[in-house]
Amino acid sequence: MASDTMPNPNTEGARLRIRQHLTRGSFTMRADLNLPAQGISAFMGESGSGKTSLLRAIAGLDRHDSGEVRLGELCWQDGTQFTPTHRRELAYIFQEDNLFTHLNVRGNLAFALKRSSATLAERDALIEQLGLQSLLDAHPLQLSGGERQKVALARALLMKPRLLLMDEPLSAVDAPFKAEFLPQLRQLVQQQDVPLLYVSHAADEVAQLADTLVLFRKGEAPLSGSVDAMLTDLSLPLAGRSDAESIIEAMVTAYEGSYGLLRLQAGSLVFRVSGPFLAPGTLVRLRIMAQDVSLALSAQPDTSILNICPATVLELAADSASQLTVLLNLGGQGLHLLARVTRKSAEHLQLRPGLALYAQIKSVAVLR
Amino acid sequence: MLQRDDITALILTLQLAGCTTLILLLIGTPLAWWLARSRWRGKFLLEALVALPLVLPPTVLGFYLLLALGPRGWLGQLNTALGFSPWVFSFKGLVAGSVIYSLPFVVQPLQDTFQSIGRRPLEVAATLRAGPWDRLVHVILPMSRSGFVTASMLGFAHTMGEFGVVLMIGGNIPGLTQVLSIRIYGQVETLQYAQAHLLSGALLLVSLTILISVYALRGRLRLVR
Repeated sequence: MASDTMPNPNTEGARLRIRQHLTRGSFTMRADLNLPAQGISAFMGESGSGKTSLLRAIAGLDRHDSGEVRLGELCWQDGTQFTPTHRRELAYIFQEDNLFTHLNVRGNLAFALKRSSATLAERDALIEQLGLQSLLDAHPLQLSGGERQKVALARALLMKPRLLLMDEPLSAVDAPFKAEFLPQLRQLVQQQDVPLLYVSHAADEVAQLADTLVLFRKGEAPLSGSVDAMLTDLSLPLAGRSDAESIIEAMVTAYEGSYGLLRLQAGSLVFRVSGPFLAPGTLVRLRIMAQDVSLALSAQPDTSILNICPATVLELAADSASQLTVLLNLGGQGLHLLARVTRKSAEHLQLRPGLALYAQIKSVAVLR
Repeated sequence: MLQRDDITALILTLQLAGCTTLILLLIGTPLAWWLARSRWRGKFLLEALVALPLVLPPTVLGFYLLLALGPRGWLGQLNTALGFSPWVFSFKGLVAGSVIYSLPFVVQPLQDTFQSIGRRPLEVAATLRAGPWDRLVHVILPMSRSGFVTASMLGFAHTMGEFGVVLMIGGNIPGLTQVLSIRIYGQVETLQYAQAHLLSGALLLVSLTILISVYALRGRLRLVR
């Protein structure tokens, strides 16, 4: 899949193998996953579908018999052995209460430093990058929820983990913090080349971060695949959501300052999106909601919509008596896009697989 | 003025309270930890047993201890067979009785502290590669400071005021088992009210000083947390 992660030759092709049979009370789940041990894999699904339970099992925080966890050549659990959490080279960020309250921020970072090979210079670089300088002498309870998670991230990265696990770390922070934090997180895990498993039920976080998506459904085994393929797979419930979405990787090519428009390129397609300046060459993701895409049989010259792309219908699925979701192949590029139309329009346009038409994209969000 | 035997009794009392508190911290900490963490269904039985000295008359506890530890008791006979000096009417007998008598005063505050810390800090420590021993020394103990202060304070103060158990298994031997409370009782019985006043005042002062310094210290520790 298209990913801007720089592959490390040492971990290229390494896999994270997870086989677990989780049972707790009436809850039971069988997971059999084979994920790339690089980039960001998002665990997504409704609450109670076992995302956190599986993450805890991977970290060894909960022990389930006859499970298996392998990271590349490392074996943390199989039928014969179980490595306790403190001997696994991982780091884990919980939803909340990550920091030790008997230590200040500096002490919390020192706790990690004492138990890893990281140097003081590396600590200082992380402090600088995450903007923690002014917080070092603060007590964890004096920090905002977001600041606490930043400190937790710095502390986790100081462990130089082979695998980073995060369990809904942003469920208690506000939107502006999220907007600042997510690009930082993405950049830091790329920089350290550490695979990240990220549990979330927020679609915007997943759209922004995930390379691989692991979909959890109650009572079923989780499914995994590249994030663009999973989001647009009409056989999965993701494409049937009211906020169904598609993701397209693109590169900034120019900024039309007079209109405040970014010009972006995805394959041979050009998008123009209003937004703040980004340097040409910046890799971004375009997030397009299915409900913001309408279809026309001919290119409309007299419209306010900026982005109109030639497309071919691949597949149709009925969401309800009145609505359909249409999977499109955009501009013959292998780029997938979802469109939501009424059944009446579908009949009117005689939508069917193979039909060539135009996708009119009303709104595009640029995710860094 | 304080007589020599008064001083002896005071020192003996402090020694008894000190030894008892130390032993209680050693056995009470793992016990409290287990009680705080175990999911065993029958745990409440052990909790009731630990709390028993709170409601049991000390003389009843002392009576059973006397029977068990005495020369004809099963513990006493085992003790003699192993060639140790007898437990009754000795300092170590007093310590044994006090340990049981003050057990809930040390175990309960520790259990509360451990429960309030919860599992999270330990899980966090494990993900930061801290092993079990490391977690105990660098997470549990520092986070439980105020709980340990409370437990020691209550254990010490409660042992200092002990009377019934001591009288039953220790008797009233000056310099060996005659603690302050028993000496005061003796003085009142023989109508030495002036001496009793002096000793009671001393005990009051010592207890109050301990409590005041401990509460002051605890206030500061709370601020740190």
